[in-house]
Amino acid sequence: MKIKNVFRLTGVLISLLFFTYQAFADKKQLAEGNKLPEIILSVPKNTEHQKYLGITGKGTFNIPQIKAEVVIIEIFSMYCPHCQREAPTINKFYEELVNSQKLKDKVKLIGIGVGNSAFEVSHFRKTYKIQFPLFPDADYSIHKKIGEVRTPYFIGVRIIKDGTHRIFYSKLGGAKEANQILKMLLHRSGLV
Amino acid sequence: MKKIYYINIALILILTPLKNDAFGISEEFTDNIYNPGILKPVDSVLKVKIGDLAPDFTLPSLSGEKVSLKQFKGKNNVVISFVPAAWTPVCSDQWPGYNIVKEIFDNNDAILLGITVDNIPTLFAWTNQMGRLWFPVLSDFWPHGKVADMFGVLRSDGVSERALFIIDKEGIIRYIHIADINKRPDLELLVTELEKMNMK
Repeated sequence: MKIKNVFRLTGVLISLLFFTYQAFADKKQLAEGNKLPEIILSVPKNTEHQKYLGITGKGTFNIPQIKAEVVIIEIFSMYCPHCQREAPTINKFYEELVNSQKLKDKVKLIGIGVGNSAFEVSHFRKTYKIQFPLFPDADYSIHKKIGEVRTPYFIGVRIIKDGTHRIFYSKLGGAKEANQILKMLLHRSGLV
Repeated sequence: MKKIYYINIALILILTPLKNDAFGISEEFTDNIYNPGILKPVDSVLKVKIGDLAPDFTLPSLSGEKVSLKQFKGKNNVVISFVPAAWTPVCSDQWPGYNIVKEIFDNNDAILLGITVDNIPTLFAWTNQMGRLWFPVLSDFWPHGKVADMFGVLRSDGVSERALFIIDKEGIIRYIHIADINKRPDLELLVTELEKMNMK
């Protein structure tokens, strides 16, 4: 092999390593103990949802601004069969949360529809009669920030009184696992 | 020089397991999706246009029955969803969404026909992972891609475009959308067109 070619190959491999590291670093973004990547969401128009999240006005907000001690984020897609099948289970979990005097103000649940437009998210909501706030991520920009996880994916974020936060739970869901995952997540939050 | 050679080998070994697995985002299809990479967005020339009488066809369906376009004449609007291939990222992520919009089709007197150039056994295994689909899935496998070619959506590598056609009850083509093969078309576009047509 000529020296010139060896150097060229080394250059290509180093750039590849760099890009792979970037992709890998993104996945690390959801590692337990880390802060959430900055996820900016639009303030919901629905006043019930505003009240639920403790977020008012127009414009945007960050997830750690949600009035809660624990925020559970479901990363879903209306095009994902598991997400469709698990929707009733997650609804039931939400019902349990809001009916619990102990947890209703402390634990809040939201969903982010990756690659889903507002129309698609709204259709998913109507189809499964979902009561908790769902947000679209039509251009996959949030999906990219969180390392392009598969769906459904569950993230538990602990919001600390000093305004900081950390991810305490981060797991990919699968068939018939949502209930188990959500219960485990609640357990790990230290609130139950 | 030998050192650099070994460094390269080491880099290859480090990089190999870190391949990107972010395609086909539903967990349903883990490890079963072949990623063809980014493809030329459109690779065919349409042979029909809006206002044309849609070419009739008869294809075998997953249920075993043959389905012809003409059987819907005077009864239903027909949406044809051509998707390129089974077991590929975007396609595996398109029909499961259509599976929860039956009501929208019903409200617009429309039925959906899903077509790919794959054979029936492949379509059987692939769609089984999507749950029970409410719409007929047709195989344009033999003569290979004949129907896709009649519409002008057969690509040069033998798969079809990611294309949507709306055909009204008279058999006239009312809407054509040839999507970028790498992207799933937004459902809202299709629904808006269906509703617009149904209001006329």
